[in-house]
Amino acid sequence: MIEVQNLTRYYGSFAAVREASFNIGDREIVGFLGLNGAGKSTMLRVLAGLQMPSAGKVLIGGVDATEAPDAMRRRIGFLPEDPPLYREMRVVEFLRWVGQVKGCTRAAVEAELPRVMETCQLLDAADKVIAELSHGYRKRVGIAQAIIHKPEVVILDEPISGLDPRQIVEMRKVVRSLKKWATVLISSHILSEIAQTVDRILVIHKGRIVAEGTEAQLSGSLGTGTRLQVVVRGKLGACEDLLGRSELVEDYKLEAEGELIHLAVTLRKDDREAFVRELVEAGLGVRSVQDAMGELEQIFLELTRVAAAPAALESKQVPVRKEAEA
Amino acid sequence: MRGMLLVARRDLAGYLNSLWGYAVIAAVLVVDGLLFNAFALGSQPKLSSKVVEEFFYFSFGTTVVASILLTMRSVAEERQTGTIVLLDSSPLSDWQLIGGKYLSALLMIAAMVLCTMYMPALVFVNGKVSYGHIAAGYLGLLLVGSSVAAIGTFASAVSRSQLVAGFASVVITVALLVMWLLAKVAEPPLVDVFSYLSLFDRHYRSFMRGQINTEDVAFYLSISFVFLLLASRFMAARRWR
Repeated sequence: MIEVQNLTRYYGSFAAVREASFNIGDREIVGFLGLNGAGKSTMLRVLAGLQMPSAGKVLIGGVDATEAPDAMRRRIGFLPEDPPLYREMRVVEFLRWVGQVKGCTRAAVEAELPRVMETCQLLDAADKVIAELSHGYRKRVGIAQAIIHKPEVVILDEPISGLDPRQIVEMRKVVRSLKKWATVLISSHILSEIAQTVDRILVIHKGRIVAEGTEAQLSGSLGTGTRLQVVVRGKLGACEDLLGRSELVEDYKLEAEGELIHLAVTLRKDDREAFVRELVEAGLGVRSVQDAMGELEQIFLELTRVAAAPAALESKQVPVRKEAEA
Repeated sequence: MRGMLLVARRDLAGYLNSLWGYAVIAAVLVVDGLLFNAFALGSQPKLSSKVVEEFFYFSFGTTVVASILLTMRSVAEERQTGTIVLLDSSPLSDWQLIGGKYLSALLMIAAMVLCTMYMPALVFVNGKVSYGHIAAGYLGLLLVGSSVAAIGTFASAVSRSQLVAGFASVVITVALLVMWLLAKVAEPPLVDVFSYLSLFDRHYRSFMRGQINTEDVAFYLSISFVFLLLASRFMAARRWR
C-alpha cells in the first residue's frame, strides 16, 4: 500500500529525513517510533502530501506523490498532533463539509457519516459546536475528519498526546478498528502506546530508519532476549533447578514470597510458550506471565545508541538499515 | 469548481458567524453615509450626476479599506489556527483553495457594496440621474473590490499573521494607487507603465462618471488574475520548501 524509496527531505540545508526506504502492506498498523526531532512528523507530512520529497519516491497505492499529488491525497486521511478543526462549526456540519472537500459526493458522505460517528464514538456530540468539546472529543473529531472519505491510508501524528488514561483506552479502540479497512500509520514517542497498538514498528533516529519489525523481532535481533515477569506457585528448589538447566533461559532472578515465587527471566529468544510448558511440566503452578516493564524502552534506547555509534553495528547485529550504516 | 465553491461556502459562513464581517460592513456603511451627507450632498446645490460621481469617489476608498480588512485573515488565519493542514492534505488544488478564499471575500464585498445602494437610489428618486451611471459606478466599485481582494488574498497567502497580511496588502495597494505620481516624474517608456498601473487615477475615474471602458475592465480583471495566480503559485511552492 505504501512504498517509500530513498526518501530525503531537506529544510534548507538540514536533512530532516535521509534516504528512508520501507514498504507497508495493506491493512497493517505501523508505528513510527522516535525521539522528539527524530523526523517522524516530517516523514508523516510527506506521506500525507503536505510536503514534497526533496529526493526519492513515495507511492501510495501505486500513485506517485510527486506526479499526481491530488490523486494521492484523495487516498490519505491525516490527523496532525493538533486536530485541524473549525471551532465555530457543529460536529456533523464540519464532517459533512470535510467529506465533500475530500472528494466525496454529498450522498456518499451522508452514507458514511453514521459509521464514522459510531467508530469515533461521536454520536452524543453530533450537534455540539466544536469549540465546546473537550480535548478528547476534539481528537475524535480529528480522526473522524481523517476517515470520513474512507481513505486507504490513515496517518495519525501523536494521536494520544494530551489525552487522559480513559481517553487513551478509547482512542486505542478507535485506532484498532480502523485496521478493518485501512492501513494505519501512527507516530508516537510514547513507547508503551506504540507497543500496544501496532503490528510493526519503524524506528526513526536523526532522520534515518534505523530498524523495523515487531517488538519481539527487534528485541530478538538485538540479542536482548525476551524479558518476562512470572509468578509461580511451587517449591523454590524445583524452580531453581529448572531455571538452571533450561536451554531457553539466558538469565534469571527469583524471589520467594510464601508459596509464591516471583521470577524475572530473560529468554534467549521469544519462546514464551515453550518456557511456560517447562514450568508446568516441572510441577510449578503458573499464576501469571507478563512482559517485563520497559522492554520496548530498552530496545529503543539500544537501537538509537547503536545507530549513533556506527562502529558498534556489526558486533550487535541489529536489523539496522543500510542508510543507517552510511 | 466544486472544491472552490466548498471553500467559499465555509469561508462565507465564517464571515457571517463572526463579528468581523458585520463590523467591517457596518463601519463602511456608517462612513459612507457620513461622507454622502457631508460631501456628496453638501450644502450647495449640485447636479444629480455630480452627487453620484462624488459618492463613487469616496466609495472607492471605503471599498479598498474594507477589501483589505476582509481578506487579510483569509489564508493567514488558517495558518495561525492550524486548519490549513486540513486543506493542504485534501485533494483540493491550490488554485481551488485560493479561488474559494477570494470568491467568499468577493461575495462579502459585493454584499457590502450593494448595501450602499440606497444612497444613489435617493438621488435617482429625487433627482435626475441615469441607471447607466449608477450601474457603471457599481461595476467600477466591484472591480476595485475584486482587485484589492485578490491583492489581500495574495498577501494573506504569503504571510504568517493577519497583521502582516494586512500591512502587506496596504503596501501593495498604496503602491498601485500612487503610480500616477510616479508617472508624472518618470521618463518614457516607464511613464506608460506607471500610468497604466495606477489603480485609481487612470482606470477608475471613467466609472465614476458613468462610463465603462473595456481597457479599465481588463485592467482590474488582470490585476485580480495576476495576484490570484501568484497566491496559488506561492501555496504550491510551500510544499517544496
